[in-house]
Amino acid sequence: MADIAFLLLIFFLVTTTMNVDTGLARMLPPIADSNEKTTQDVKQRNIFTVLINKSDRLLVEGKPMDVSILREKAKEFIANPNNDPDLPEKEVKQIDYFGAYEVPKGVISLQNDRGTSYAMYMHVQNELVAAYNELRNELARSKFGKYYDDLLEDQQKAIQAIYQMRISEAEPKSVGGKK
Amino acid sequence: MAKFERKGKTGMPAISTASLPDIVFMLLFFFMVSTTLRETELFVRIKLPEASEVVKLEKKSLVSYIYIGPPARQYQSLFGTDSRIQLNDSFKTLTDIRDFISSEREAMSESDRPFLQTSLKIDEDTRMGIVTDVKQELRKASALKISYSARRVIND
Repeated sequence: MADIAFLLLIFFLVTTTMNVDTGLARMLPPIADSNEKTTQDVKQRNIFTVLINKSDRLLVEGKPMDVSILREKAKEFIANPNNDPDLPEKEVKQIDYFGAYEVPKGVISLQNDRGTSYAMYMHVQNELVAAYNELRNELARSKFGKYYDDLLEDQQKAIQAIYQMRISEAEPKSVGGKK
Repeated sequence: MAKFERKGKTGMPAISTASLPDIVFMLLFFFMVSTTLRETELFVRIKLPEASEVVKLEKKSLVSYIYIGPPARQYQSLFGTDSRIQLNDSFKTLTDIRDFISSEREAMSESDRPFLQTSLKIDEDTRMGIVTDVKQELRKASALKISYSARRVIND
């Protein structure tokens, strides 16, 4: 009896994996119809452009930047705490728990070169997601006194409505240089 | 008067093994429940990038995997060292992705099809060119829910 059970045990130990799959979840934009040209007008102040070149350097809003301060800059852009006219506009919306709330309308546009390394790309993606998560946490702490993850589902929805994750991965452009 | 008597030579009594199968079965069930069967053999070398903001993939049955990385050593003579795409159990090219997605869709029950998610397991040294191409193919196949697979690290 024990022998058979041991045999089965060893079989399962060898053939199975234990790791849970984790990753950054994303939605790709649907493919644009080539017949109808849709031009979406987004004001310049509402876009936060992040460019990564083929030697993994960052160009944020036209200026070179180190990846270590990207999170801070992104947070400042998304929340626009001081209503800076260069940072995104806000729109007053009715949101559960919050009432009329000024929701920022910023979009982060991430562009990369064909030669960018995947590690760097993921690093930047991670920083941008972290910026959103930190803002959501801060808001959850100040409003409900709890971390975002501990909130009820509709409380989370309310916060999501305020800090909606808008990271656009741009259409590929071929910029010069070998891949 | 009670009489206490030593019953001969008493050594260590043998441990009963009657409960051994129970213990082993318990271990067995633990492993059966907590693990998943390895479904594909990897032909490419993948070292996942690190990220701190990762989320767990919800349902394994809704996820299909695309592996991108440099071929493992024994295949390098055949396929070179540049990053390649692996779908299921073989090296594939970009054009096969659409067929792969549609066959994955076909295999799912109708009610689950809109929830198809694609997990991109990509080596961190890969260049973005091939990743962008794969993303474009996925958009064409309208498999829009993707997940960039990453290892969880906690850093502050």
